[in-house]
Parts: sequence; C-alpha cells; structure tokens
Amino acid sequence: MSRLSLFEETINTDVLAPGFYMKSPLAELSQHCLEAVRPEFASKVKKGDVLLAGDNMGVGSSREQAAEVLKFLGISCIIAKSFAGIFYRNAINLGLPAFLLPKDSQLPKEFVDGSSVVFDFENSILFLEGSGIQINLDPLPAFLQELINDGGLVPHLEKRFDEK
Amino acid sequence: MTTLAQKIIANACKKSDVAPGEVVVCKVDLAMIHDSGGPRRVKPILEKLNRKVWDAEKVVVVTDHYVPIESEETRAIHELTKKWVLNQDIQNFYDQQGICHVVVPEKGHLKPGMFCVGGDSHSPTGGAFGAYMFGIGATEMAGVLATGEIWLKVPKTIFIKWKGKLNNLVTAKDMMLATCRKIGMGGGQYQAIQYIGEAIYDLSVQDRMTLSNMAAELGAQAGLIAPDDKTIDYIKSSGGLVPENWKSFRLDEPTSDASVNEFDASTLAPQIAAPHSPENSENADEFANTVFDVAYIGACTGAKYVDLAAAASVLKGRKIASGISLKVAPASLKDEKQALEDGILEILQNAGAEFLPNSCGICAGYGKDRLAEGQVCLSSTARNFQGRMGAPTSEVYLASPYTVAASAVVGKMTDPRKLMVN
Repeated sequence: MSRLSLFEETINTDVLAPGFYMKSPLAELSQHCLEAVRPEFASKVKKGDVLLAGDNMGVGSSREQAAEVLKFLGISCIIAKSFAGIFYRNAINLGLPAFLLPKDSQLPKEFVDGSSVVFDFENSILFLEGSGIQINLDPLPAFLQELINDGGLVPHLEKRFDEK
Repeated sequence: MTTLAQKIIANACKKSDVAPGEVVVCKVDLAMIHDSGGPRRVKPILEKLNRKVWDAEKVVVVTDHYVPIESEETRAIHELTKKWVLNQDIQNFYDQQGICHVVVPEKGHLKPGMFCVGGDSHSPTGGAFGAYMFGIGATEMAGVLATGEIWLKVPKTIFIKWKGKLNNLVTAKDMMLATCRKIGMGGGQYQAIQYIGEAIYDLSVQDRMTLSNMAAELGAQAGLIAPDDKTIDYIKSSGGLVPENWKSFRLDEPTSDASVNEFDASTLAPQIAAPHSPENSENADEFANTVFDVAYIGACTGAKYVDLAAAASVLKGRKIASGISLKVAPASLKDEKQALEDGILEILQNAGAEFLPNSCGICAGYGKDRLAEGQVCLSSTARNFQGRMGAPTSEVYLASPYTVAASAVVGKMTDPRKLMVN
C-alpha cells in the first residue's frame, strides 16, 4: 500500500531541486525537495508513494534531478493533469513512470493528501484503498512503456548496444 | 504546406515530410552542455555504456553555472569538466566566457536549419537563428552523446504574431512577459512556437534571442524565428559559415489550421511580472511605488550587449537610489568587452552598479550573491519561481533592463517612460 502526496498547485523544478543544493550529492539535494512549498515532504515520503500533481508538473529547468530526487525519495509514479515536456522526458528516461490524468476528468474528491492508494502499473489504474473508487489513467505510449520496462534510458541503451 | 519546424525535423530524420504527432528519430547536428548538467552527469553514463561522444565536432561545452569557482565542490566540478573535454577530444570548449545560450551563437555555432539539443531549459534560444533547438536532461543528453540521435514527437506550430512597431523604452522582454500573461506558462503545450510579424523582424538578433529563450517560459519545446538578413549578418560577424540554402528556411506563413496569437506592439507598455511566475505580468504602472532591495541586470535573457546598452541609456548621468543595490552580470565576456569599449560599463559603474562574473549566477540561485531571506529583487532575467534566485522567502519581479534601471534610480518600481520624460 502506498500513500498519496497530493499537490493542487503547479510544482516547478526550482522547488523540486533548489539551485543552491545542485552541487551537492543526490542524497543531500533530496532532503531539500519541495521544502519551499511543503517543508515536511522529504522526511515524510515513503518508498512506493504516489505523487499526484496539477497542471504543468515540473515546469522550469531541464535539471533531471527534479525527477531524480522524487525517485530517490521513493516515489513510484507521478500522475498529473499535465506535464512540462522536459520533466516528463526526464522522468521516463530515469525509469520513473509518469501518467496523465484523462483529459477533462475530475479527480474524485475522496482522493486527498495522505490517502492510502494502490497503483496497478499493468492497467494504469490508481485505486483508493478499501473504497472501490479508482481513476483510470491514460496508458503510456508503447515506445515509452518499453523504456520504463527496461528501467530507463541507460539500461535500454545498454540492451541495444549489447544486441549489436 | 510545411512549417519551419517540420522542415528542419524532416531533414533531421531524413524524410521528405513529417506530420504533427508523428514520432521520429532525428540526427543531432549540435549538442550543447554546461558544467552543471554536462560532464559531471553524462560521464558516468557514457562509461557505463562504454561509449565516447559520437562526434566531438558536434559537441560544445560551456562552463557558466559554477562560475566563479568559490568552493572545493565547485573546483572539483571544473576539474572534472576540463579533464572530460580533453579526454573526449572536444575542441569547442568555452571556459568561463559567459552563459551558454549567448556564447554558442556568438562563436558562430548556430545556423538556419540545424537540429540541436542543449542540456538546459533555455536552449530554445537557438530558435532565434532558425535552428530547431530544445532543452533535455542529462540522462537523455548522455543518450544523444552516445548515439547522435534523439526521438521526437513532431510538434504542431503555435504562431505568436506581433504586428506594429514597439514604442520607445519597450522591449522584447516586455513582449514576452505580455505573451506569458496571455497564453500562460503551459500555453506552449510542448509544441513549437514561432514568432512572426513586423515587430519581431524589427528586433535585433540579440533581442530576438530573448523571445526564443523564453519560449521555455511558455512551456514550448522550441521558439523559432525565420532567418532574415539580420540573422545572416550576425552569423557571419560571429565567424560562422552560412549555409547556401538558408533562404529555404525562411518559412513564416501560418498553416491554414494553425493557431495564431496576435499582439499589437504599438499599444504595448513596459511590463513587470510579480512573484512567482512570469505570467503574473501587468503594465509596469500597476506596480508603481512597489519597493525592492536588489536591481539585477543579469542572465542570458537580460544582460546581453543590447540589455547593458539599454540600462546604460537610462543610467547615463544618473545615480541609483540609496537603499537599492544594482548588480550587473554581463551575459558573456565578449559582450562585456564590447560594453567596456563603448563606455557602457563606465556609465553603469558611475551610476553605482556592482559587477558580477559572466555566469548564470543569481538567476539560477547559484553562488554567494543569491537572494537572502525576505529580499525583493527586480530582475531582467527570465524566471521568477519561488526560491529560484535564493531563499524561499525572497521575491522576484521580472522586467526589462530599461525598467530595472529606471526603477533603481527612482528607488521604487516604475514605468521607465516616467523617468525618461524628465
């Protein structure tokens, strides 16, 4: 079972991976993830948690640490109303699945920050634990699913180079 | 009918034409990386893949984030960068000569029709030269360096049309802040934006770079401007070779189904964007008398030669108000030298400016000059997210160099035309 971290607002890369700590190792940078908007986030998040965000998730910089810190902290997948393009590519390349909420769909109000959820990766469904309430997400395009299945771009390229 | 974006992408994936939505794999003509997202991040990945860069001539490395070197950590990043560049036989290495988005074109690397990637979100700047250029993260960059290729979903083109002529003291930055308000930070939908119209072609190439750069702030993948004689003159004067077929990239007619956002330059007033988003912009007048602590003329969008000259035209014979600190970080060494020769730096200095190195500096929240708790900054940069330029409680307003300079003189935010009337 996972916990849901819900953000209604737009989350940008500067709050995910603050510039001042970019020179630091990932473990340290991760401790400052989202501290400007939710100071307790890094200490509370647990392995397997799901992050659900609003519009234009990950807008801003190309720094992939913005996605990497979330993966490092244990986030197992990111769901958003919409993604900033570079962040979306970065997440997938790092093997962190990123799903879009279906267009014009409303998030059932029962899903709140801290909800217990289960994510079915096979069918791209987010279940609210013990309630029968679910959100069906748009599946990943096939070529991105392949990247995720391989564990991200680096293992995917390793496989490709090995085959040659 | 094809768009400029489609033509470049079709060439790069060796097809006669491509349609929006199609996924293609493109050959990369140039890959730009900097000291923050570059060697220190891609080196371990390339080692894991047991690959060197696919073509050293097509790679450009710039150090601009950890400048100046001010700690053991940043010294180590510089050492690693230099060693890696040598080891990879990369000749195009510009060490502490300015911000990558300004240095790469000023060294003549960008030309119409090129398909380029950069390890930085403001890479769409290359669109000002008629190149399709976009930002990617470090893992994806390592993939490009290993293979020379990248996948792409062919974008549709969203046109931003500026008709009419800009008024005095109104700039490309004001056009962009107004555009951010109108279409929003997600308005680019990760598609290609193309700027068209009389007011765009009237701009100098450096001013056009401000528009293309801030396509990132609209959430677009690229920010194109069709090349014209000004583009070609700039490239030639930068020592670049102009492709013979450059006129074939002079495509700026919107396709029949394209969305065209129209703006009128002749009615545009100087803009200021409030914290914490570039889309929070209004006419500068709306912020009249707002107090601030730091006036910053810096970054790839805000401290090129044209920006320094704009600030100097306001500050000539004037002094900044007490209580305000004016910090100027020229975007490149070349622009700084030119500004020195032309007496611009002297004007800024006499007005009370403090000079910072040619680097990303405060704009990216790097280094010792970043904003302290509670500081309010009026900045000529591109992005004012919470905490970006320093402490989470600092606040950043965005404006043109004219507006930043005039406000520094008045001691409060102002429409620069108010000061310049007197």
